[in-house]
Amino acid sequence: MIKSKLLNSLTRTLGGIGYRMTERIWRLGAGARLFFLTIFYSGESFKRFHLTLREIYFTGVMSLLIIVVSAFFVGMVLALQGYNTLQKYGSSEAIGVLVALSLVRELGPVVTALLFAGRAGTAITAEIGLMKTTEQLSAMEMMAVNPIARVIAPRFWAGVISMPILATLFSMVGILGGYIVAVPLIGVDDGAFWSQMQANVDFRLDIVNGLIKSLVFGVACTMIALFEGFDAPPTAEGVSRATTRTVVISSLTVLALDFVLTSFMLVI
Amino acid sequence: MDLWVGVFVALGVAALLGLAMKVGNLTSSQIGPTYSVTASFENVGSLKPRAPVKSAGVVVGRVDSIVFDSKKYEALVTINIDKRYAFPKDTFANIYTAGLLGEQYVGLEAGGEDDALKNGDKISQTQDAIVLEKMISQFLFSKASEPKPDGKEADAANKPTDAKSTGVKKTELGDAPF
Amino acid sequence: MNPNIVEIDNLSFGYKGRLLHKGINMVFPRGKVVAIMGGSGSGKTTLLRLIGGQIKPSKGEVRVDGAVVHQQDRDGIYKLRRKMGMLFQHGALFTDLSVFDNVAFPMRELTDLPESMIRDLVLMKLNAVGLRGAYNFMPTELSGGMARRVALARAVALDPNIIMYDEPFAGLDPISMAVICDLIRSLNDALGATSIIVSHDVKETFLIADYVYFVASGEVAAEGTPHDLMQSTLPFVHQFVHGEKDGPVPFHYPASNYQAELLGHKSAKSN
Repeated sequence: MIKSKLLNSLTRTLGGIGYRMTERIWRLGAGARLFFLTIFYSGESFKRFHLTLREIYFTGVMSLLIIVVSAFFVGMVLALQGYNTLQKYGSSEAIGVLVALSLVRELGPVVTALLFAGRAGTAITAEIGLMKTTEQLSAMEMMAVNPIARVIAPRFWAGVISMPILATLFSMVGILGGYIVAVPLIGVDDGAFWSQMQANVDFRLDIVNGLIKSLVFGVACTMIALFEGFDAPPTAEGVSRATTRTVVISSLTVLALDFVLTSFMLVI
Repeated sequence: MDLWVGVFVALGVAALLGLAMKVGNLTSSQIGPTYSVTASFENVGSLKPRAPVKSAGVVVGRVDSIVFDSKKYEALVTINIDKRYAFPKDTFANIYTAGLLGEQYVGLEAGGEDDALKNGDKISQTQDAIVLEKMISQFLFSKASEPKPDGKEADAANKPTDAKSTGVKKTELGDAPF
Repeated sequence: MNPNIVEIDNLSFGYKGRLLHKGINMVFPRGKVVAIMGGSGSGKTTLLRLIGGQIKPSKGEVRVDGAVVHQQDRDGIYKLRRKMGMLFQHGALFTDLSVFDNVAFPMRELTDLPESMIRDLVLMKLNAVGLRGAYNFMPTELSGGMARRVALARAVALDPNIIMYDEPFAGLDPISMAVICDLIRSLNDALGATSIIVSHDVKETFLIADYVYFVASGEVAAEGTPHDLMQSTLPFVHQFVHGEKDGPVPFHYPASNYQAELLGHKSAKSN
């Protein structure tokens, strides 16, 4: 009797794991399918660029404020913390290098992507989920208009274009924030701050690699947001869950991708 | 809306330019047309490609590549030097360290010959990187091989203090086992 | 020319082994208003999706203008859909576009008409549904009845041959209902189109329909003109048309024995 109960619960647990596993893999495949369809039907979002332009406004321009303000504070904190440690070793002039490299290589692309997922990603998921719930996507299909070409692709390209721009702005504003703390407030030498930075930040290895990172994050974050919205069950609860999932999955994906990309980039 | 997107993109481009010019080394790494020369070292320490090549403290070029020569068991370093700067054939190439623990770079010291180095030439006079561990072990080895009283005398000569404080200093230096 | 623009032939459709439709046959003659009626959950809306090619039948086929819908490739289906207009249950207006842009949407997406002509056409369509004055509104500023009329204007924007209505009367006040009712009939006759109405509002539907199909438990339970059906002695039709609580459609969803289930639950716990 007890044995059969044990066996029963064991099969149920294993079944649950199996179900979740297939579910994940199914979603991964469906996401990849949507990604390729999006690429395939992208022609329209470039031919009628005003569609994409509109979405750049909503994803990019509207995220500008949060990005700039956070970048400023991140830069200032970096300078404060960095100075605190560096001056113990008598190399407080290296503060510029520390701030610039942390921002350009890591914090710029990663924090921008995380903020982007929270600000623009959720908006995209909620919007598309609601469009699905209110049958707008269905209506579009019945009008012989492909929703992937008309709704998904412009948002995808808008995200992919916006992300590197936002990340670059983040790095630049962050460095300015670090400069303001380091030079006028702490009193690090102005010339040393910039010259050490220039001597140690490489255009291709650091700045371009940072851009590549943010481009990859842009593809990942936007695609996850679009897929979650497109795949959301057409109920209020379904859309709210999809929105939460967008943030969680995007954040985890960005951090994992960051590790992978960094390990590739540092090999050289 | 179009205007805002335009402003947004312009800001992005400006930030990228700012990063490239003000933060990055795009301006300083573009050292114009270069000529490359090679130099072999027995040990390059932690010298890396793209490390600066300096003469009298001024950056005159960059390390292009570092390969291992399996015939001579030496490191073959190719460096690119800005065409504006000419160096005599008997120029001396050293590997220095910026600061005690800083990055390593190639320092060029001009010789006295009239002929200048040309593209593809080889610098024959080189000095290896100073490897800290090697130096320390050499120092310790030479100390250990010295006769004892000698060492004591040297110690006493260096520090004109009484025996007690010498003993304390010794432990502080960490060479007590010897 | 085939007198029927849409033909449904021995159609079966179901999810996960449970059949929603079991061998349905229907024809929709050109120029007529045909209604599909039935209780909630009888698969009426699914029929519209099958006609529009959004889902594929398990068996049988739907022919629109002689073409078998589920055998078309993507382009073929899109070509067929250009002959159709559909009014969704809640209008499904694009919430990020104004009333004008909503009606202009199919014209801008599917035709190369110049903007000035689109403007004239949109205003004509809006005038036909009586909302020319509201062209500047956003969908959120419209009442339910107005939103439905805008959606109707959008559905007929490209003068379709087939107009499908999914529950056009649901959730409307009596005045809006009368307006929509009148519009469906007049638009149908003005455009020379065929209208397919899915509804469970007997009074309004019978007022405008030329022919009515009753769907129950996956089959066509009855068909005929509204007049015939009002006189029908078939128990199901009688129950539906006169809105009686119990009859052939039982109050209870099929379940196991009530007593046995309650007692069985107890015994399972003590086990």
